[in-house]
Amino acid sequence: MATAITAAIVRNHGLTEEEYERIKSALNRAPNLTELGVFSAMWSEHCSYKNTRLELKKFPTTGPKVLVKAGEENAGVIDIGDGWAVAFKMESHNHPSAIEPFQGAATGVGGIIRDIFTMGARPVLMLDSLRFGPIHGHSLQARNNRRLFAGVVAGIAHYGNCIGIPTLGGEVYFDESYEGNPLVNVFCLGVLRHSEIVRGAAKGVGNPVFYVGSETGRDGLAGAAFASRDLTEESKQDRPAVQVGDPFKGKLLLEACLELLASGSVAGIQDMGAAGLTCSTCETASRGGTGVQIDIALVPQREQGMTPYEILLSESQERMLIIVHRGQEEKVRRIFEKWDLPYAHIGEVTDDGMMRVLNAGSVEVEIPAHILANDAPVYVREAAAPQAATRVTIEEIPRSDSHRSLIRLLAEPTIASKNWVFRQYDHTVRAGTIVPPGSDAGVFYVREADKILAVTSDCNGLYCKLDPREGARIAVAEAARNLVCSGAAPLAVTDNLNFGNPYRPETFWQLREAVEGLAEACRRFSTPVTGGNVSLYNQNPTGAVDPTPTVGMVGVIANEDRITQQYFRNEGDIIFLLGPIGDEIGATHYLKVVHGRKEGLPPRLNFELELRIQETLSSLIQHGFVQSAHDCSEGGFGVALAECCISGEIKRGASVHIGNATDRMDLLLFNETQSRAIISVSPENTDAVEKHCAAGDTPLTRLGVVGGTGLVVTNGQETLTWEIAELYKTWYCSVEDIMSTR
Amino acid sequence: MKVSVIVMPKQSVLDPQGVAVRNALKDVGLQSVENVRVGKLLELEFAAPLDKQRLDEICRELLSNPVIEDYTIQYPSAPKT
Amino acid sequence: MKIAVVQFPGSNCDQDCLRALLGVGPIRAEYLWHKETSVSSFDAVVLPGGFSYGDYLRCGAIARFSPIMKAIVAAAADGMPVIGICNGFQILCEAGLLPGALIRNQCLHFICQPVWLRTEATDTPFTTKLDKNRLLRMPVAHGEGSYFADSQTLDALESQNRVVFRYTNASGETTPESNPNGSLAHIAGICNEKRNVLGMMPHPDRAWDRRLGSEDGKLLFESLVANLELAAVR
Repeated sequence: MATAITAAIVRNHGLTEEEYERIKSALNRAPNLTELGVFSAMWSEHCSYKNTRLELKKFPTTGPKVLVKAGEENAGVIDIGDGWAVAFKMESHNHPSAIEPFQGAATGVGGIIRDIFTMGARPVLMLDSLRFGPIHGHSLQARNNRRLFAGVVAGIAHYGNCIGIPTLGGEVYFDESYEGNPLVNVFCLGVLRHSEIVRGAAKGVGNPVFYVGSETGRDGLAGAAFASRDLTEESKQDRPAVQVGDPFKGKLLLEACLELLASGSVAGIQDMGAAGLTCSTCETASRGGTGVQIDIALVPQREQGMTPYEILLSESQERMLIIVHRGQEEKVRRIFEKWDLPYAHIGEVTDDGMMRVLNAGSVEVEIPAHILANDAPVYVREAAAPQAATRVTIEEIPRSDSHRSLIRLLAEPTIASKNWVFRQYDHTVRAGTIVPPGSDAGVFYVREADKILAVTSDCNGLYCKLDPREGARIAVAEAARNLVCSGAAPLAVTDNLNFGNPYRPETFWQLREAVEGLAEACRRFSTPVTGGNVSLYNQNPTGAVDPTPTVGMVGVIANEDRITQQYFRNEGDIIFLLGPIGDEIGATHYLKVVHGRKEGLPPRLNFELELRIQETLSSLIQHGFVQSAHDCSEGGFGVALAECCISGEIKRGASVHIGNATDRMDLLLFNETQSRAIISVSPENTDAVEKHCAAGDTPLTRLGVVGGTGLVVTNGQETLTWEIAELYKTWYCSVEDIMSTR
Repeated sequence: MKVSVIVMPKQSVLDPQGVAVRNALKDVGLQSVENVRVGKLLELEFAAPLDKQRLDEICRELLSNPVIEDYTIQYPSAPKT
Repeated sequence: MKIAVVQFPGSNCDQDCLRALLGVGPIRAEYLWHKETSVSSFDAVVLPGGFSYGDYLRCGAIARFSPIMKAIVAAAADGMPVIGICNGFQILCEAGLLPGALIRNQCLHFICQPVWLRTEATDTPFTTKLDKNRLLRMPVAHGEGSYFADSQTLDALESQNRVVFRYTNASGETTPESNPNGSLAHIAGICNEKRNVLGMMPHPDRAWDRRLGSEDGKLLFESLVANLELAAVR
């Protein structure tokens, strides 16, 4: 019985009148309701990137090590040498996490893991970049933010620990702009040989199409369309739109798929993520230049009476679509029965370019696949710059008690130790973690490839709010700097863009600026973008989130003996600052946390200087001159120096002289000028280090020495002393104490 | 045949979940709460009736761990004659 | 001489255990699928960590009914060395091969961190290369690792010297702070009466390579291999 398509129905599907007309002319007829549902999912913002596609073309996506480019498949693939490669990507699950933090985060993890093994790679590590509203205090909002934070961390732990993939690091930020709309960006990386790369294309006319994994239910119906609308009080009623993940099934699916891929029987494979069966069917057909015909009556179902509409759009988790070489069906049966997973032969690859869905023989959906997968409308949104941020200088800032300020900054949840978080993550499974969470970058030994990887995720939302272009440039620069500090050479980037409503010109301007800043920096650092994710409509009833273009970056460490961590290792080591002393106070965490001002022009990034600093640091590390290296970021030099003292297993004091007697202490300690790293050097190597930097014309300042039970900082006139034990306790316990607030 | 099995931690076993729930109840104003224990309810549906001995066996071997848990079987009330 | 690493659906440390064994030297170690029914071609069995059956119902509650467990129980009764690590320990307790049970961590969170263990018993096939009171450093990673047994069982374990490892601080002292999960008597690992079955929550399979920060776990695998070689010679 066909339902008449009314204007209201079109609207409810999140499609405009123009889009509906476009559908009609593409099909040469009106769509039926099921087909409308299919279009509404595939042409939603989440699936089609219709409002951002033009901007994303600005990213550099090619390079000598790129084996699979951004946009080609579910994840990009980068060569790491000796016939080995890594597939990695970052994705968001913001809106589901706002409604149901545990399952929202858990299914986010499940989804990104599937994106990686669908490329033929075994997932070996994860990162997560999380943002919430402030968690201090007893207000309703603070309680809610604590609930969201705890739920998201528990959800990530639940899925990641069960499936056995270590979380090596990430970041957690707290700011009012994320109130009610947390950002949950999850990164996963997998390893494979070049020869094992699999594509998500429906190749080979007549090849059977198999559905494998969990049975289909009514989970997350129209989830893709759901993420494309602003969150409101009403949308809380959409609770059924949040999926429930089963990491146990995810693990079985992972093993079964890798086993099947190794058997050589797979022609193409794609996971069922957003828009489930619909997306995987039309995308594989489109990539293969073929068609795919399936019969949904054959789809394993766990609910009674599901309609074709529901089956096609369900977002039940832990399901894959596999195109098998004709004649090899027996392998699928054998492997999936071994792992006790549902599977069904549901269709065939055809040669007519159509996505055709039958229901027990009669045609329900018949749409040219490429129209769904590639020909969604592409829009140019209006961009309008807001009033530019103005520079804030130190003279305008009242002098504060710098002694107390450092303690306050170390206690600030964004800066404080995140051990409360990563203690809940299994970060040692797979026996490869060399540098666990807590340092500048996570470092992992890929045993099968005999390669060492370094990974990090960065984005300073405060900078991006006040100057999105500069903030995005800095996100890339900081990620590269973090990798270099660990002894790695940066290779490539994945991005997760988190922005508000693109129909608001100011928001779209932020997105465009951020994309261009990110693109420029990726070109300068020779780190192509291998893929990523865009999450829009991150907006709650009171305003948009700060523009947050999260950067995930991967590097390789060639020499195992040169893996470098951020904490001081020996009494008597000499402390240097590589890079400028700095004087930029705008958009700093000091300004925000101590003076309550979220304003000012963020620090300027000088690419040439940054590259020179990174190259010098890299060279010093390779020569074996560096005992520890830690870059300066939120909280500036003061926070970085304290972290060098307190973040190792053995805490150490330090005595340093920085700046001049006429410089303000707070400016010296808390400015966030870029391109700086604190390094410690054995006394016998200091001459060599100084010569090396002089030769390269790299700014280097000898600051002092590691030792004692206190942190002593002087500018020649004023001297501040902190007890290391007190700094450690503040930094280490802050988040845990806040989360125990009753 | 429908049967419910309630699995509870033994009195002698520390139930940290119960403690956490008790504290949470106090936080929302129920100062008079003294003790909370958290267990599991399993609802079982059988196509054919199962004898009590076999059911007890299943409860002891699979559905509960007798080292740390006690179980109670609940049958649906008999229909009125 | 061949060592089995059992794979249950949801085991995720099987690869780590296999690699740890192969890291000892040129020995034969293989995966053994849970649906198999015989361990006759093996000389020792490793039950690895993970989330067998998703930890559903109770950790290890479903895995203990896997077909292979019947054969393992019989082989253990015959004296075959069996080690259960983390989820493996949970399975051994559920299967009745070891007494007591592992319950939810006292802090109610999953916890992943390095711990210190004090070696209490050096006469199991897995601990002959250790001296009594030797401290070992290795990670724990679990949500349900708190050892519980009634007082009768605990007394028996102590009097029969069947507590094999205890959580301590870096100086070898048991303290509340160095007990990650609230285990009674700070118990991290125990053995059966015959002393051939060992269960432990911490992960020697993650502490056998200096890259990982500790090689202490290697000693357990080396002990096993050495004892199997001795047994083969006899």
